[in-house]
This record gives sequence, structure tokens and C-alpha cells, in this order.
Amino acid sequence: MSTLAIHAEAVTKRFGKITAVDNISFSIKPGEIFAFLGPNGAGKSTTIKMLTTMLRPTSGKLLLAGHDVSKEPGWARASFGIVFQDPSLDEELSAYENMELHAVLYHVPKAEQDPRIKKLLKLVELWDRKDSKVKTFSGGMRRRLEIARGLLHHPKVLFLDEPTLGLDTQTRNVMWNYVRKLSAEEGMTIFFTTHYLDEAEEVADRIAIIDHGKIVATGTAKQLAIKTRTKTLEQAYLKLTGETVRDETSLANNGLNVRNAVRIKGLRG
Amino acid sequence: MQVFTVLWLRQMRRYVRSRSRVLGAIGQPLLFLLALGYGLGSVYKQAGAGNYLEFLVPGIIVQTILFSAVFWGMIILFDRRFGFLAELLVAPVSRLRILLGSTSGGATIALIQAIMLFVASIAIGFRPVDWAALPLAFLIMALLSLALAFVGAGIASTVEDFQGFQAINNFVVFPAFFLSSALYPLTAAPPILKLIATLNPISYAVDGLRHVLIGQGHFLLALDVAVMIATLVFGMVFAVNRFNRIQM
Repeated sequence: MSTLAIHAEAVTKRFGKITAVDNISFSIKPGEIFAFLGPNGAGKSTTIKMLTTMLRPTSGKLLLAGHDVSKEPGWARASFGIVFQDPSLDEELSAYENMELHAVLYHVPKAEQDPRIKKLLKLVELWDRKDSKVKTFSGGMRRRLEIARGLLHHPKVLFLDEPTLGLDTQTRNVMWNYVRKLSAEEGMTIFFTTHYLDEAEEVADRIAIIDHGKIVATGTAKQLAIKTRTKTLEQAYLKLTGETVRDETSLANNGLNVRNAVRIKGLRG
Repeated sequence: MQVFTVLWLRQMRRYVRSRSRVLGAIGQPLLFLLALGYGLGSVYKQAGAGNYLEFLVPGIIVQTILFSAVFWGMIILFDRRFGFLAELLVAPVSRLRILLGSTSGGATIALIQAIMLFVASIAIGFRPVDWAALPLAFLIMALLSLALAFVGAGIASTVEDFQGFQAINNFVVFPAFFLSSALYPLTAAPPILKLIATLNPISYAVDGLRHVLIGQGHFLLALDVAVMIATLVFGMVFAVNRFNRIQM
């Protein structure tokens, strides 16, 4: 039996009285493409933050390739790559300098640094702007640069937190084709969050639907439809998560917002 | 490139690209030097205490380093606010190495500012007592820059926002400067001020520079250097400890 790429066991994260992630468990096999699908504030980003050592779980266990993320954060960081949901570029540096910094931090072999940066900047059509400071970039260009950066080193596990938010269809297709190729050629495990149903259905091998911090169902798109006795993933999704609209800044949103919300609440008494 | 180099270079690139920062950070010490140096110089002379400008220059160099280095720490708050800190924190590099690379950049910036101020002071008439001792003066400046950049990084990792940082600035950094031997000689100071200044590590940095630049001092030079090394060790432990605790 091969070791699981990602294994979560009864993981809970609380911010004060708010439970952002509530006792979730799941397993992902090496080379699998796995989607976390859920409305705003469901706990998707908080889960990714715990898996990537940015937050410590309140209770439960998270394993990457059999290693406990909380006990061996250094080992974990060496094994994954991540594209964040929030912006994470140095705006005072150029596109190339951002890529170069990442390549060095992630120990990309020296001889491969320049060719890979070139290849990826061309892939996201930013090579012409490589020497421009990021602060002159539009939102879409920044997103493309972040994705290119996330693909620069070839990790065992790649986390993509809402990677295609704000991207046009062309770039989305280019990105997913590249990610699928990496997964197939290098056996890279892909864990991504999204709230685009078509994306989850088209790209992911398996989907977990998460809502209010709990996983409400896991399986292939087909299995989810069968389970809920519906015809499409969209119907299954709506049946499982309800039809009400979610507030982007709901208290159960990602870690930073939750913490600020708790703090503001505390200040107000 | 190595991890250390690339992080150091990031700080330098940001510094060189922001001209307002370069000028802003030495503007204030320069103002102190001109206003106090010329304004109080004649009073100081009449009191029979000698040349005030000479006395003041080492103090203002230390002020430049203190303000630049601690202020530099705010980059951690900026990185947090604009998201770049996340990129650094999940990298497969220990936080110690991230801190060492970045802080060395911050210290280099503080040292450059201090040297700029030193050059400016020569332009207005300051002369070191022994030019051959200049490398030693720069060494002391570099040591202080590194120690205080760590302190700045530690403070920025502790507070959550710019207001918090500003509060520390007002309650720690400014008093550390004014309640040291930077502006007035300790021999003639009232006992309570003397006591506070004696407990303030900034006094020892100023004193060390005075020994080397103008050949006068209140404490022993060896003690000055020892206190600065102790400050560096404290700053490092403090910064590493606080930086390790950051959660996003």
C-alpha cells in the first residue's frame, strides 16, 4: 500500500467561539486531482492554511505523505507548492524578480531557473512585461504571475486556493492544461478549492463538498449526483448546500477575516 | 544565488527604488544636527565644554541608525498587509534564514544612511580625531545597525498593525534616543537622567563612537562594545522568537 499524499483526520479549527473547520477527515492518493468545492466562508481556505503550515489546527491530525504537518513543518514546506487566494507578490519588484526570488527560495536548480521562468512567463503571456514592476500590473496579470510562480518548482503536492478567481476563460484553460500535464507526467498531487462547479467537474478526479466547516459529501461528480439522486453536479451541490446566498465576509470565512471579525467583535464588547 | 543573497538583494532593490525613503530617513537627523549643532554650539562653548558639533555627531549617527533600522522593521507589517509574507512563510527555508537574509538587508540600509549622515557632517565641518580609526567606527555602526534591525523585526512581528508599531516607536524608540547620552554629556547630567542613560544600551553605542571618532568617552570602549554585542544577541533572540510565532 502506498502512503497517502494527504490525510486529514478529525481536523478542527476554532477562532474564539467560531468553528471555521469542524471535525473534517479526508484522504487523497498520490497523483490525484482533488477539489474542495463550497460556498464562501465554508472553510476551504482555512483548511489549506492548516495544510500549508500557516495555521495550526485546534485539534486533529494532518499528514502530508505520512508526515505530521504540525510536527514537521519544515519537511512539509519542502514538499508542497501553493498558489494563494490572496495577493502575495512583492509589488516593488519586477515580474522576473518575483519569479527569481521564488526559484531561489524553493531550491530550483540553478541551471533550470532561467529557462523555467522564461517558459512559464511565456505560458501566461507576461514575458514581454518581465521587467515591469508588479505594481503596474492589472489584477488579471498579477493573478497570472502568481500562477506561473506557483508552478515554478515541481512539488509533490500543489495547493491551489481559488486559482482561477478573476481569470479569463483562455487563461483558465491554459492553466488547467498545464496543471493536468504536470499531474500526469510527474505524478503531482493537486488539491484545489473553487466555487466554480464546471471547473471541479471537469478537472478533478474526486470532489469534496464542504459547507459550514463540514464535509457534506465526497466522490466523483457522477457519484455525488447518484448519492443525491440528482442529474448534475450543480443540482447535487445545491441540494447539499442549500440555495441561500452566502455573505463574503461571513464570520466563518478564511482565517484572517475570522480573526479580525473576532477582534472587532471583542472590541465592541 | 543563495537564499541569503536573494533576500538581502530584495531589501536593497526596494530601498534603491524608493528615493523618498532615502531622503526622508536622513532628513530628520540632519535637521537635528544643523539646528542643535549650530543653535546650541555657542551656549555649549560658553559653558566651557568645548565643541558641541563634535560632541553631537556620534549621537546623531546613532540616531540615524536607530530610526532607520527600527523603521525598516515595518517591512514585515507591509509584507503582511500586502500578502508577500505568506510567500516567505511557506517557503521550504527556515524562518531563521528568512529573518537573517532580510534583516541583513535592513541593517545594510541603516548603515548606508549612517554613512550618508557622516559624510554630511564632514561637509559642515566635522573632523574625526584619527582618520585611521574610521574602519573601527564603521564596524561599530554596522554592529549597531544589525542589532537594531533585529529589534525592529521583532517589534514588527509582535504588533498586528501600523498603529501598534507607531505606539512602540513613540514609547520605546524616541525615549531610547532622548534618554541616552546622544545629546548631552552624562558627567553634568542630573543623577536620575544619568541612571536611566546608564541603563540604556543606546548610550553605549554613542559612547563607543565618541571614543573612536573624537577620542572622548564616558565608559570604557571595551564595555561599550560588550553592551552592543549583548544588544545584538538580545535582538536576534527576540526577533527569531517573535517571527516564529507569526500566524497568518
